[in-house]
Amino acid sequence: MYDLIVVGGGPAGLAAAYAARQNGAKKIIILERDKELGGILNQCIHNGFGLHRFKEELTGPEYAGRFEKMLESTDVEVSLDTMVLSITPRREVHCVSAEDGYRILEAKAIVLAMGCRERTRGAISIPGTRPAGVFTAGAAQRYVNMEGYMVGKRVVILGSGDIGLIMARRMTLEGAKVLACVEVMPYSGGLNRNIVQCLHDYDIPLYLSHTITDIKGDRRVEQVTVAKVDENRKPIKGSEMIFDCDTILLSVGLIPENELTRGAGIEIDRRTNGAVVYENMETSMDGVFACGNVVHVHDLVDFVSAESERAGAAAAKYALGGEAAGEAIDVKNGDGVSYTVPQKIRIDNVEKACEIFFRVRKIYKDSKIVVKSGETQLASFKREHLAPGEMEHITLPKVLLDKASGEIVVSVEE
Amino acid sequence: MVYDVAVIGCGVIGAATAYELSHFKLNVLVLEAENDVADGTTKANSAIIHAGYDPEPNTEMARLNVEGSKLAKDICKKLDVPYKQCGSLVLAFSDDEIPRLKKLYDNGVANGVPDIRVITGDEARKMEPYLSKEVVAALYALSAAIVNPWDYALAMAETAVVNGVEIKLRSKVTAIKKQGDLFEIHTTSGVYTAKLVVNAAGVHAGEIHEMVAAPSFEMHPTSGQYYLMDRSEGGLAGSVIFQCPTKEGKGVLVAPTVHGNLIVGPDAVPCGEDDVKTTADGLDYVARMGKKSVPSVDLRASIRNFAGVRANTNKDDFIIEVVDGVHGFVDAAGIKSPGLSAAPAIAKKICSLLLAEGIEMPFKDNYKGTRKMKRFKQLSDSEKQALIRENPAYGRVICRCETITEGEILDAIRSPITPCSVDGIKRRCNAGMGRCQGGFCGPRVLDILARELGVSPLDILQDKDGTFILTGQTKKAGEGTADV
Repeated sequence: MYDLIVVGGGPAGLAAAYAARQNGAKKIIILERDKELGGILNQCIHNGFGLHRFKEELTGPEYAGRFEKMLESTDVEVSLDTMVLSITPRREVHCVSAEDGYRILEAKAIVLAMGCRERTRGAISIPGTRPAGVFTAGAAQRYVNMEGYMVGKRVVILGSGDIGLIMARRMTLEGAKVLACVEVMPYSGGLNRNIVQCLHDYDIPLYLSHTITDIKGDRRVEQVTVAKVDENRKPIKGSEMIFDCDTILLSVGLIPENELTRGAGIEIDRRTNGAVVYENMETSMDGVFACGNVVHVHDLVDFVSAESERAGAAAAKYALGGEAAGEAIDVKNGDGVSYTVPQKIRIDNVEKACEIFFRVRKIYKDSKIVVKSGETQLASFKREHLAPGEMEHITLPKVLLDKASGEIVVSVEE
Repeated sequence: MVYDVAVIGCGVIGAATAYELSHFKLNVLVLEAENDVADGTTKANSAIIHAGYDPEPNTEMARLNVEGSKLAKDICKKLDVPYKQCGSLVLAFSDDEIPRLKKLYDNGVANGVPDIRVITGDEARKMEPYLSKEVVAALYALSAAIVNPWDYALAMAETAVVNGVEIKLRSKVTAIKKQGDLFEIHTTSGVYTAKLVVNAAGVHAGEIHEMVAAPSFEMHPTSGQYYLMDRSEGGLAGSVIFQCPTKEGKGVLVAPTVHGNLIVGPDAVPCGEDDVKTTADGLDYVARMGKKSVPSVDLRASIRNFAGVRANTNKDDFIIEVVDGVHGFVDAAGIKSPGLSAAPAIAKKICSLLLAEGIEMPFKDNYKGTRKMKRFKQLSDSEKQALIRENPAYGRVICRCETITEGEILDAIRSPITPCSVDGIKRRCNAGMGRCQGGFCGPRVLDILARELGVSPLDILQDKDGTFILTGQTKKAGEGTADV
């Protein structure tokens, strides 16, 4: 019987396992499906990781390396090349690996840290032919950074998510011509620093409020049609531009990978596509916690680590017999807010303060984030700039939470 | 070498013909233009084994559909092809449409379709809780089924190969010359000689026909577009849900797939022979019509769009006959829907036509008539354990969405018809079929293929020839410019 099983050895799983060990959990195992720890960080060879966590700029593998090093000093077990097939309410984890075969492991607590996957062409139904040369940005990144192969020479990028922006620069540095980055929304989905450092610095045009309306090419991509869209995101006839290219990279959103979570019957939030979690990252299933991109998609790994450390510490506490108690109140998204994490807070279980993470629905200048419970305003926070591409958070001290009754609503006021 | 029979085309009709012929002591050659079998219409259709009430009574189509559907069930069992008899409903949305249901019912009775009846809208909703409230009546057919169409064709082609049939891939037929009693078939891979020829070239059957005779039919290729939905939507339909058919086709259906997904489509638009593009208008139409039957279909759960081309002709019926004035040359043309359902019966008819052309067909001894696939996901815990113990490659999951192991991918690579592409692997073992559409497993499958086939990763294709995935290597340390 393990104190804790961590599903996934990416940044979330690593931080959760380490924090759990620091908080007294003893027998811990990380189950990782890949051949090494680090998850998606291994293919993120650019820098910019760790500014918050380590106060320095690291590459993805360096950032993962810091946590792996911390873990090496502990007795946390790691099982690589191991795929978890299912999790039961009795906290049995069914997994397979070539080395150890089919195993059923039992645990007092479980942390889910499976990360997320990319949306594909099929998910957004881009019309046209179906030639080779259409990649998700992450798959292309794997080929280029880990396998050492180029995926194309003339590239159009759809979506301005961070991986797409990073790949615009990476492909350019490798000698490809990136013709355009096309974003259907009137604002970028990625971090501002990536727009500047990956597009502007290389003179790659960003077409906001545009989308790809057709793909041509029988065997390999030959051409794409890009059109401007109206406020309902419908293409405007007559605004078409043609790009001759052999490659399309898609950076059109990430989806938390919750097949195990769903299979276990854990409650999922339709807004985040992740588990509904309490203040300590516990899911609707007792003793099962979740953290990182499997709960909601983050912009910065530093925040994944922080969230996962909280989840790991809480899982350790649970494993050592400290079940969380108390009535929960719901956290709801009001005007201008698309989701919140956590979705539920057990105020009795909050020690000093509770952080709430969320995203806004559009760009705001000089606005306020307002937290209300019923008609009572609990708190208000001034913000100069809010954007959907940048995750926001506020900290609610317990003294304020104590005034809440029923539910609290987070909204933006202009 | 002179072959007894050459079959042109290895879609489901060519595969079924090869499978049927492989039972006899004959030298059989199959010529396929693409780099893999089942790579045309066979891989892009509704995947339905129709009960047989659609075709007009007393047509070849009617007879072959009903007979073919019965044979399909047996073949799928023997060759371990995913098949599920789930029944079908044809919906009437107003009282005006009820006479059309009655007509289909009468067709069905005349065609010998078992277990069909007209039911009320409420009865239909009892069977299918997500059905539209607008449905007033439906035709229910118990014997309709769903199948994995490309695996069905692959299984028959593989069994034919195991039993001695030769398949030549990348062998597009460019000319056919009659030399005395023999046919000299010129292809992109060489010249072959055969006593008898079967034209099973699908949308290209017209071109092949015209290599030996004057035109006797016109091809009217017609595209059909689809949405394939995530398995999360698979529960929205338990049976195949049709709307009343029109002249263009059977209308937009909503159906489960044998993989647990939901399929919605097709439309019907005249197109070029290999025109498998999708269009915004076409997809909109499919979505709208799908929602008419099952309003809760959620397009955000789409994982793939695709289009297939129906091999329609100017004739209503299938064209399965010896070409007029060309002894020994059999056309199997215009095999539109329900061609997948009718395939094994069509193959039997082709064999009887060949027999009548004067060839002897004694049965083979020691026929290997079964196939057994290892599908890790479907095994019990203890069976999984045993399989991994036997071969650890079954313990390494490569495709996360569909839980496909390296062992299954190796089985696919070592199967009787060697795949050369990532999609060839997908068709053989489902790796990359799931919601991430090969985003995770694509690079890993490519790597395994290159390793096992002993070629450079640069040579691995997505699907057909020319669908290269990688364009070159990245810069090496110290290099100034890219070598792409």
